[in-house]
Amino acid sequence: MENRIEKGIELKAPISRVWRALTDYREFGEWFRVKLNGPFVVGQISSGFITHPGYEHVKWEVVVQKMETERLFSFTWAHPKSLDKADYSPDYSKEPTTLVEFRLEKIAIGTLLVLTESGFDNIPSDRRLEAFRRNDGGWTAQMKNIEGYVARNP
Amino acid sequence: MSRGTRSGAAAKRQTHASVFAALGDETRLSLVAQLSGAQPRSIAQLTQGFGLTRQAITKHLRVLERVEIVHSVRTGRESLFELDPEPIEDLKKYLELVSQQWDRALSRLKAFVEG
Repeated sequence: MENRIEKGIELKAPISRVWRALTDYREFGEWFRVKLNGPFVVGQISSGFITHPGYEHVKWEVVVQKMETERLFSFTWAHPKSLDKADYSPDYSKEPTTLVEFRLEKIAIGTLLVLTESGFDNIPSDRRLEAFRRNDGGWTAQMKNIEGYVARNP
Repeated sequence: MSRGTRSGAAAKRQTHASVFAALGDETRLSLVAQLSGAQPRSIAQLTQGFGLTRQAITKHLRVLERVEIVHSVRTGRESLFELDPEPIEDLKKYLELVSQQWDRALSRLKAFVEG
């Protein structure tokens, strides 16, 4: 059974450009939709707040694992019990985590980005699945808005 | 052990973690494959085609039973094993949601770096 997510995407941009979009905390925040408090530093917590309307109360907190220039950027990501405003009170130091890795490779048209998220076995998911079920409607609608916006404003 | 009386609430307490762990083994994956879409099968039937003893297969089936992917029904002196796809479906749905979120985030990244 697959317990990881892996996605490859070809980007028509030089590897240095993609690396900056991933590892400059302001640029990362632009496309990921998160307001980060400061730069990514290996071994340290990166914190901030999600900027999706309706989810501004959701804290972003990851621990940066690896930054190998133009090759690999990775962090561990805590998964809180619930994203609902009413019962959102995560203790991030105790939440189970998954590992997110962005790998870059130079290709003819620009850059191949491979994203993996692994370690779903860590998640005691009776609660996770419920949280996602409750939130998926709003989240999906929001993502569609953004996609529409990007398409109209290239 | 029959699973027939298990409540829906109990099913929800099932963790994906243990389902993942149970499926993280080739023999058990093959057993699940054999049981999917088929009639309930006996241990003897399931043992065929594996270079493993009946005891070894039984042990693997118990692991799958514990995470409620498989359950057994008694017919006479024999136990037949059936697949319960629900925990696997839940797991798939969950991964699918996370996966869709990444698709959208990556398409925003693409627009961002190519724009």
